Amino acid sequence: MSATAVTAAVTATAAATTVTTGGALPGEEYDVTVVGAGVVGSAIARELARLPLRIALVDASDDVGNGTSKANTAILHTGFDAVPGSLESRLVREGHRLLSSYAADSGIPVEPLGALLVAWDEEQRAALPGLADKAVRNGYRAARIAPAEEVRAREPELGPGVLGALDVPGESVICPWTTTLAYATQAVRAGVALHLNCRVQHITPGDVHTLATSRGPLRTRYLVNAAGLYADEIDRLLGHADFTVTPRRGQLIVFDELARGLVRHILLPVPGALGKGVLVSPTVYGNVMLGPTAEDLDDKTDTGSTAEGLALLREKGRRILPALLDEEVTAVYAGLRAATGDEDYAIRAHPAQRYVTVGGIRSTGLTASMAIAAHVVELLADGGLPMAGARDLEPVRMPNLGEAFPRPYRDAELIARDPEYGRIVCHCERVTRGEIRDALAATVPPGSLDGLRRRTRARGGRCQGFHCGAAVRALFEEARR
Amino acid sequence: MNRDRTVDVLVVGAGPAGLALAARLATAGAGHVEVLEREEDAGGVPRHCHHGGFGGPVRPWLTGPAYARRAVRAAVEAGAAVRTGVTATGWAGALSLETTGPAGPERITGRAVVLATGARERPRSARLVPGSRPAGVLTTGELQQAVHLYGQDVGRRAVVVGAEPVARHAVRTLRRAGAEVVAVVTERSRGTAVPGVPLLTATTVGELRGRGRLSGVAVRHEDGRSGVLACDTVVFTGDWIPDHELARRGGVTLDPGTRGPSVDASFRTSVPGVFAVGNALHGVEPAATAAAAGAAAAAPVLARLSGAPWPEPGPRLTVRAPLLWVAPNRLTNLTDLTDLAGRPLLLRSGEPLTNPVVTAAQDGRLLWRRRHPGRVPPSRSLRLAPGWTYRVDRAGGPVVLGLG
Ligand SMILES: Cc1cc2nc3c(=O)[nH]c(=O)nc-3n(C[C@H](O)[C@H](O)[C@H](O)COP(=O)(O)OP(=O)(O)OC[C@H]3O[C@@H](n4cnc5c(N)ncnc54)[C@H](O)[C@@H]3O)c2cc1C
Ligand SMILES: Cc1cc2nc3c(=O)[nH]c(=O)nc-3n(C[C@H](O)[C@H](O)[C@H](O)COP(=O)(O)OP(=O)(O)OC[C@H]3O[C@@H](n4cnc5c(N)ncnc54)[C@H](O)[C@@H]3O)c2cc1C
Repeated sequence: MSATAVTAAVTATAAATTVTTGGALPGEEYDVTVVGAGVVGSAIARELARLPLRIALVDASDDVGNGTSKANTAILHTGFDAVPGSLESRLVREGHRLLSSYAADSGIPVEPLGALLVAWDEEQRAALPGLADKAVRNGYRAARIAPAEEVRAREPELGPGVLGALDVPGESVICPWTTTLAYATQAVRAGVALHLNCRVQHITPGDVHTLATSRGPLRTRYLVNAAGLYADEIDRLLGHADFTVTPRRGQLIVFDELARGLVRHILLPVPGALGKGVLVSPTVYGNVMLGPTAEDLDDKTDTGSTAEGLALLREKGRRILPALLDEEVTAVYAGLRAATGDEDYAIRAHPAQRYVTVGGIRSTGLTASMAIAAHVVELLADGGLPMAGARDLEPVRMPNLGEAFPRPYRDAELIARDPEYGRIVCHCERVTRGEIRDALAATVPPGSLDGLRRRTRARGGRCQGFHCGAAVRALFEEARR
Repeated sequence: MNRDRTVDVLVVGAGPAGLALAARLATAGAGHVEVLEREEDAGGVPRHCHHGGFGGPVRPWLTGPAYARRAVRAAVEAGAAVRTGVTATGWAGALSLETTGPAGPERITGRAVVLATGARERPRSARLVPGSRPAGVLTTGELQQAVHLYGQDVGRRAVVVGAEPVARHAVRTLRRAGAEVVAVVTERSRGTAVPGVPLLTATTVGELRGRGRLSGVAVRHEDGRSGVLACDTVVFTGDWIPDHELARRGGVTLDPGTRGPSVDASFRTSVPGVFAVGNALHGVEPAATAAAAGAAAAAPVLARLSGAPWPEPGPRLTVRAPLLWVAPNRLTNLTDLTDLAGRPLLLRSGEPLTNPVVTAAQDGRLLWRRRHPGRVPPSRSLRLAPGWTYRVDRAGGPVVLGLG
């Protein structure tokens, strides 16, 4: 890790941008600081960036979106199955609308595949009408029950024993990496200071709060806690003990792109007495995902996979889509949901402290992120944050990582203008030198090879670096020299 | 450059197999023979195998890079066009490939298309090895390129997983890069030890540990003993899978044993006009085997160019456990026995064999049976004389190879 503060170069669309990754923090006092640059914190920073204020976004990690936000099932939910009347229900519904249109404007890949909640036994079939009802109570009216023959016709590779399904046409898959990165990029270009490798360790509350961080003190008038799994710990630093986060691990298996033809919809499980079950879903990168497990843990860092977890997923996957198990596995990963024991988000305003906690953003935070951000900014305004002078943000256009949209390696005009987009480096994912170069020079550059993968897909394919690993690493290291 | 072009033979992959074929075809006057290679340099895997042991059977052996250079030179001097930095990305028609390179996308049609795309090692994820996802987890392919092509650092203490010959090369490469090899771990009951490195047989890797960087590998012996090997690097070797993406996207039938295109003795796939050669057919064999297959495919490719019909499929050729695969594995009703003259079938076992008796049967009828003196490890193919295939009933059921 470089030990010097890095201020990124001036970009075409903005004045000097501030992204630091090491060294002492600049001594500046901020009006608002957001702790946690996951999808939620980045969305909040972006929303705040409209205001003529000094805003900081800090994260303990070397990259934005490097916690739970990078490891989920990447579904843009309609909110049909939320707890009716909950804050989560409302924010997921609004978030779905906001993010759908933001994604279209910003080049975040979304595929509106629709979901089928497939019933495999009588209990599950009996649950479908109740779910259809609940969808309506959540303001979602397009769900309907599909008979077994229809389900079979629409998903010919399903295993035997399908009894019917709830058809939820509004569910989509999205790129979680580009979403967080787009928020952060737009925020930084609008003047938000992003400080990475910056862990908040203690807080001295006051007129101006002083956060003791791993990179020295940071002074701020308002504070937003979007620390995900650690939101309870930050809360305690300010004297609140409203909730405790229990990490609930979800392991996932990603299958080769050659499996993509086996499935057309997002195949969601019917929630039942025996837990939530696992889903099979295409990804926007053209893979097929199987998971997640649901295991309550003590360790907030245990994002490892286990033999039992993978065996369970394979067993469930074999029932849902038998042919999937014959395909090669591309990746295995796990994410930790921030469970609080409560069936709703724990978003709390503490106006006296000019502080908002954004906790318990459980398994829908990607979808709800923009609505959460708008809600949080309202809470800050209620607590006295001046809202005057808000302006529109400069739109952002992100590099496309989605298979359903044109990729540089097929773009004759682009390659004619710049042959680097015709030089494929990562062969499995068809990532070109041009794309890698762009990511390395972007407003928010990657801090590691994994960060580069989340920006380009390089090394993310079936060979996991057998062919291109060393070449991609060489490009990354060269750019950092 | 034209967006749409036609050539006589389009070869995908400039490794030993594709290059040997291109050289032979160009020499024979096959017309415009074009080889596409997605890497910046042609030569295939030997480019980054900086050890001797390539070529033969006449010694002295060459190093991988020298062997690769020789193969490229032979193809180019024979008149084949070897284009590097060009990837075949998909199909635009039965014999038309879409390609991409710095000169832009193209659509190239061949009168014959040959897939010589090679093979890769299964990475950690494909082997479903649980644990964390730290840096320091490699395959031999990545290790060799990191060390030999880029001079990158690969850590101080390494564990090598696998006991195929490639594991030895991984050990050597790690040592050359200054790393200590803590152990070679294999699930198999036997393996070739490398002097100075403990060989842990009948041992599985249960879990990878460490955040950020690998800190250790948890292992378990089949007798129940377990422990953690402290290391910052682990190399997963062997466990090959053909790079069959292009084949599958082109609708080419795969063999369930090899996971590569199913081919007859003349390297003909299920798609008329599409041939496949080399490691793309079955995972890793010595480079000379891949090159010999490439050279042998020249005659059937030339026959195709001069209008020979594509044969109808005959019975399947399959194997029974512990055998894993056989190649070729497609019997066609036109398979001319002279195609096979001198060209053995390659047969792979999942378990070590000693003096195996191999049988071939069809519909319960024994076609052939032969004892093969000597020991055959799972990392090597047994070569079967093909003389018995004339006994196959072309209208009958699958032909099954087993151990008698
Ligand atoms: C298996 C799984 C599947 C999911 N599927 C979906 C889905 O399909 N659709 C959907 O909408 N949602 C899904 N989710 C939920 C979604 O991923 C989360 O709700 C969302 O990512 C939460 O974002 P966040 O920003 O709150 O948390 P995080 O991404 O965890 O961000 C918190 C950040 O805070 C930082 N941080 C923590 N402590 C400190 C500190 N002291 N100082 C500085 N920084 C700190 C961390 O480094 C981290 O980057 C899923 C989650 C899981 C686990
Ligand atoms: C670590 C290691 C050590 C080895 N040691 C030895 C040894 O000592 N002696 C020995 O004889 N053999 C050795 N081998 C085996 C030998 O390298 C292979 O058998 C040989 O390279 C196989 O040749 P091939 O042409 O079938 O495939 P490859 O050499 O793999 O070549 C395939 C080529 O196709 C290209 N390609 C693939 N897809 C596309 C596409 N879509 N578009 C364009 N190009 C494409 C690839 O980039 C590659 O260059 C070793 C192999 C390894 C991995």
